[in-house]
Amino acid sequence: MPLQILVCIKQVPDPERFDRITLDPATGSINRAGIAPVTNPVDRHAVEEALRFREALGGSVTVLTMGPPQARKCLEDALAMGADRGVLLCDMAFAGADTLATAAVLAAGIRSAGEFDLVLCGNESVDGATGQVPGQLAEALGWPRVTHARKIGFVDGGKAALVERQIEGGFLRVEVRLPAVIAVVKRINRYRLPTIFGILEAGKKEIAEVGCAACECAGIPAEAMGLEGSPTRVAGIFQTHRKRHVEMIEGDPKEAARMLIGRLREMDAL
Amino acid sequence: MNEILVWAEQRDGQPASVALEILHEACELAEPLGARVSAVAIGRECRACAEELIAHGAARVFVVEDARLGLYQADAFTTILCRLIGETRPGLVLLGATSVGADLAPAVAARLKTGLTAHCTDLHIEAIDEQEQLVMVVPGWRGNMMVKIVCPEKRPVMATIRPGVMERGRPDPSRKGEIVAVGAEIDEEDFRARTLEMVRESEESELEQAKIVVSGGFGFHEAGGVSLLEELARAIGGVAAGSRPACDAGWVPESRMIGQSGSTVSPDLFISIGASGAPHYTTGFAKSKLIVAIDRNPKAPVFDIADFGIAADLREILPALVEELNRGR
Repeated sequence: MPLQILVCIKQVPDPERFDRITLDPATGSINRAGIAPVTNPVDRHAVEEALRFREALGGSVTVLTMGPPQARKCLEDALAMGADRGVLLCDMAFAGADTLATAAVLAAGIRSAGEFDLVLCGNESVDGATGQVPGQLAEALGWPRVTHARKIGFVDGGKAALVERQIEGGFLRVEVRLPAVIAVVKRINRYRLPTIFGILEAGKKEIAEVGCAACECAGIPAEAMGLEGSPTRVAGIFQTHRKRHVEMIEGDPKEAARMLIGRLREMDAL
Repeated sequence: MNEILVWAEQRDGQPASVALEILHEACELAEPLGARVSAVAIGRECRACAEELIAHGAARVFVVEDARLGLYQADAFTTILCRLIGETRPGLVLLGATSVGADLAPAVAARLKTGLTAHCTDLHIEAIDEQEQLVMVVPGWRGNMMVKIVCPEKRPVMATIRPGVMERGRPDPSRKGEIVAVGAEIDEEDFRARTLEMVRESEESELEQAKIVVSGGFGFHEAGGVSLLEELARAIGGVAAGSRPACDAGWVPESRMIGQSGSTVSPDLFISIGASGAPHYTTGFAKSKLIVAIDRNPKAPVFDIADFGIAADLREILPALVEELNRGR
């Protein structure tokens, strides 16, 4: 039961450096200069899951991203982990997309890249953090979806997947017909790091570039892409000031503990 | 905008806390606009929650009951909500950003080809581009910035609201509202993804409901581990939680993670210990009624958002706190 799997990944600014992002008060735009791009953390788990399925069942793993030319780097990293080929959706027409327009272009890219049994995604990116793209991609493909997946197995001779889908306080067991979009959470696996051999091999693998014209051929009109295809707009960005007036409690630890607990009891907070 | 529709997530006829929070927010928005607030509950038997939704501000409750809908069914719920939106034409649709709401909202928005904004912390009307618009405020870059999002043309505008960030209003049991039974009208094609069962896991939950949360950061490393955190939480009658580094280190389960990538809580009392206060952490509890911060570094940014602060060595202050708490009983 070999599976043809496609994994959507995204390049994001390094989340460990988000505190260095500043706002230009004059233009109201974000400055993230000097913050290195990395592969969105949970997306590596999605790649890992796909590689494990290929190793167990056969088939292929294609990785796909939409982004500027330098987003090729995250495809190369996934190829070094072991993915078979990459697809880079890159065109000025894709710029400024919200989740709906992103999902439309991803769906077009997937259609143009071949036939797939399963599309895996990370559940959300750390930068936008909306978690909306996997479900909207499923709709754009006309496929069912399961998000928040923490365990995936196959049943019915590979015609369906059995998924543990995380919810607050437990999980749902979901059976989903393939093809489907499944979005994974980090706890689904521990991902591998590329080996030297993997990095060398990656250089020989193909990364196809897909632009606006190819997406139109796959049935997505240009007006559904990028800024034009985005129903939502960013109307402004501001920095948060969440300062409260803090009362520092001084004294030796025993004294401070007694003071604090006393104050909290006074306020009926305990 | 003359109609706001709220999806009221429920289990066994009990509305989710976030559904009541959103209803209150929807009413505040609707009043100056003269708009009507409706709620929709979908489930096997969910009529029981209609009265409570009305008491919390819904003028109308659509009840969609079907034996196959006892558990969250992604495809079927999407179909039902899309049809109801098509028939009632609300200007705004609000859903709780629970793990289920965060699955349902994007699919509905995509099927209706409209805009959706995730994890809003504030909704208000504001003139943008010389036009009065609904502005949705969301935390960006793990809470380092706040971003205003608008949806100028497509309708309905859709948004998810994170649990715990909006205030729940006081219920008024004397309020009158209309309860409308709506047929599910779903078929086999609406079960391409089929939820077979729900499995509860005991270690999780409680965090959002807790009145007191005691949260540890990476600083616990020096304090001799996580047992002190549990001990303090027990002594104070609260729930133990942690920052992402504390969860990554395995001291606190991921289900108890506070912050942008974990839970947002607003308990009566939040005690943060040994966490310096990175914005993506503090955004998870900034709306707590009372915040106490304890950290070794007196200049830690966590003190900027606290009501009370103690700068001390955790190895000394934590046992002192536990002792003080136990003494007062």
